[in-house]
Amino acid sequence: MNLNGNTLALLPEGILTIAGVVVMMAEPMLKPGASRKALGWLAIFATALAGAASIVQLRVVDQSGRIMAFSNSIQVDPFSIFFHLLIASVVIVTLLASLDYFEGHADHAGEYFALVLFGSVGMMLMTCSVELLMVFVGLEISSISTYILAGFRKGNARGVESSVKYFLLGSFATAFFLYGIAMAFGATGSTSIAAIAQKLGTTATPTLALLALGMIVIGLGFKVSAAPFHVWTPDVYQGAPAPIVGLMSTAPKAAAFAVLLRITFAGFAPFEHRWASLMWVIAALSMTVGNLGALKQTNVKRMLAYSSIAHAGYLLAAFTALPQNGIAAAAFYTAAYSAMNVGAFVVITQITGYVEHTRTIEDFTGVALRRPWLGALLTFFLLSLIGIPFTGGFFGKFYVFSAVIGGGHWLLAVVGLLNSGVACFYYLRLLVAMYARHPHESGNDKAVYTKLTPAAGLALAACAAGTLILGMMPGRVLNLANRGAAAVLAEPVVEQDPTAVLMDDTRR
Amino acid sequence: MQLALFIIFAALAIAGALNLLLQKHPINSALSLVVVMLSLAVLYWSLGAEFLAAAQVIVYSGAIMVLFVFVIMLLNAGEEEHTTGSRAAYFAGIPGSLAVFCLLSFVFLRESKALGNVHMSNAPAGAMSNIAQISEVLFTKLLLPFEVTSILILVAILGAVVLARKEEHE
Repeated sequence: MNLNGNTLALLPEGILTIAGVVVMMAEPMLKPGASRKALGWLAIFATALAGAASIVQLRVVDQSGRIMAFSNSIQVDPFSIFFHLLIASVVIVTLLASLDYFEGHADHAGEYFALVLFGSVGMMLMTCSVELLMVFVGLEISSISTYILAGFRKGNARGVESSVKYFLLGSFATAFFLYGIAMAFGATGSTSIAAIAQKLGTTATPTLALLALGMIVIGLGFKVSAAPFHVWTPDVYQGAPAPIVGLMSTAPKAAAFAVLLRITFAGFAPFEHRWASLMWVIAALSMTVGNLGALKQTNVKRMLAYSSIAHAGYLLAAFTALPQNGIAAAAFYTAAYSAMNVGAFVVITQITGYVEHTRTIEDFTGVALRRPWLGALLTFFLLSLIGIPFTGGFFGKFYVFSAVIGGGHWLLAVVGLLNSGVACFYYLRLLVAMYARHPHESGNDKAVYTKLTPAAGLALAACAAGTLILGMMPGRVLNLANRGAAAVLAEPVVEQDPTAVLMDDTRR
Repeated sequence: MQLALFIIFAALAIAGALNLLLQKHPINSALSLVVVMLSLAVLYWSLGAEFLAAAQVIVYSGAIMVLFVFVIMLLNAGEEEHTTGSRAAYFAGIPGSLAVFCLLSFVFLRESKALGNVHMSNAPAGAMSNIAQISEVLFTKLLLPFEVTSILILVAILGAVVLARKEEHE
């Protein structure tokens, strides 16, 4: 197959965009009451195709090195492909899990599928762009889709609250990110990550560059819900539909982490000694705030929201490690975290359904006795979130903490391990409740028990297989993560950068 | 002259922004926002960014603010209730914004020598105009972000449809 470089570089994004437009156009053609499952399957098929396109890209990259496209604003390398495949998998599983979610509840589920597709276009663009303006547009596409998806359940006050809070705080964070980009441009005269790295050594305004990085970290810190920028997370996760929480706690975060890895390790590499200590503090704070916060929660979704803050902390710890190890460990951790967290939310979707009468840990009492398979799977995902050996969560934590120790940050590793111990309490509390008999003889009336559909079964099997494979034989994924790390650190292509002309003329 | 222009319109922008926050009626707030936008346009123009100034007037004051005012009028929004503000605003918001303000001033003052100044008068004759430069960059080097913005707008439109439609089930 002979493809133009520009086409090949954006093939996955192109496929998803076209599919999104088709789904969006087909939605109004269907009768209001008709099932939207066909549109869902179309979206799943398109996402799988996009994943396949990424694998084609990997073949090309294997043969002829990275692909630079669109005036060096897009760089397709093993790093971007790793995250493309990760995002595609998360989106497929989310779509599979939400195929039956809307049956009989929402009439316009097609718009939901279209928004998920467009959101994944934004996330994928974030991971492969090396031009901050492109990153910004991608970030906005992914964020705006998730704001809307968070409030997709109409007539649900918590849903509206979730959507509005997410939108307001997210826009606030975006403003910080944009201001950071503007300052980076002010300090280095460019918005391309490679050119920033090149000019940072000779910049006349290092303080401005440092402030720029600070603003970018704040902006992305909001998106990955790192403490102290985490306050929105519990409320948003509580009100959003369960499959969407699974999506937005993993895929956009993975994309934001990919951007942060590129900006810090490739763009602001000369400042590493400064931002590494900043990341140290944020990581330690996120782990502690997340785990201590989760201890007090009775609502399961809120508890998992705090747990996701803690996991963002573990991930941020990897930033303090040596570049190659740190990037590889962080990339692997995002994959492991995505598999187990999406899995947990797919199970919760199955148990709670659209209306979500089952909310608190008390409501979950005895669930595993009635639905043994779902209970067993949730147990497995929770054990993986704790980090028990033979699960993806164990290897994720293992690589991150060994990378952190390799970088000489013993204390941070100790903080992380202590936090993992604390985390056992709240995950196990939910586990124990699931296997306990409900105090009332009649059992738990509030729970909505539906039958497991093939699509949801497939989604669950995929998550379980992913978590298990990452825990038993992480070799291939780790290999790709390592190659991705090497690609981020590789000598960048610096052509004459896009914005230099404008800069020279205005700064007379 | 530039300094005088800057002082006048910067003061106007700040006054407009404060008025926006303090006014009780949404229409007054919206109109103060127009003042802010227009003052910013003058500031851009005085910095030599005439295209940005024009876009600011046309897009923000012209299109977006008109829409704001329309919506407020159509909804017939009344006066806000008088509240003293939440505790979070006093204990986190005000100190936080003050801290950001101080940090920014500190950095810009510290780097002011290296950053240099822009003067209206010293544009060389025959230099490429601002709009030519922007369009060149926009349609060559930054073509992709420019094109992908269309997806962003599409998502926003789709979102408006999703949020505004009525669900027959409820």
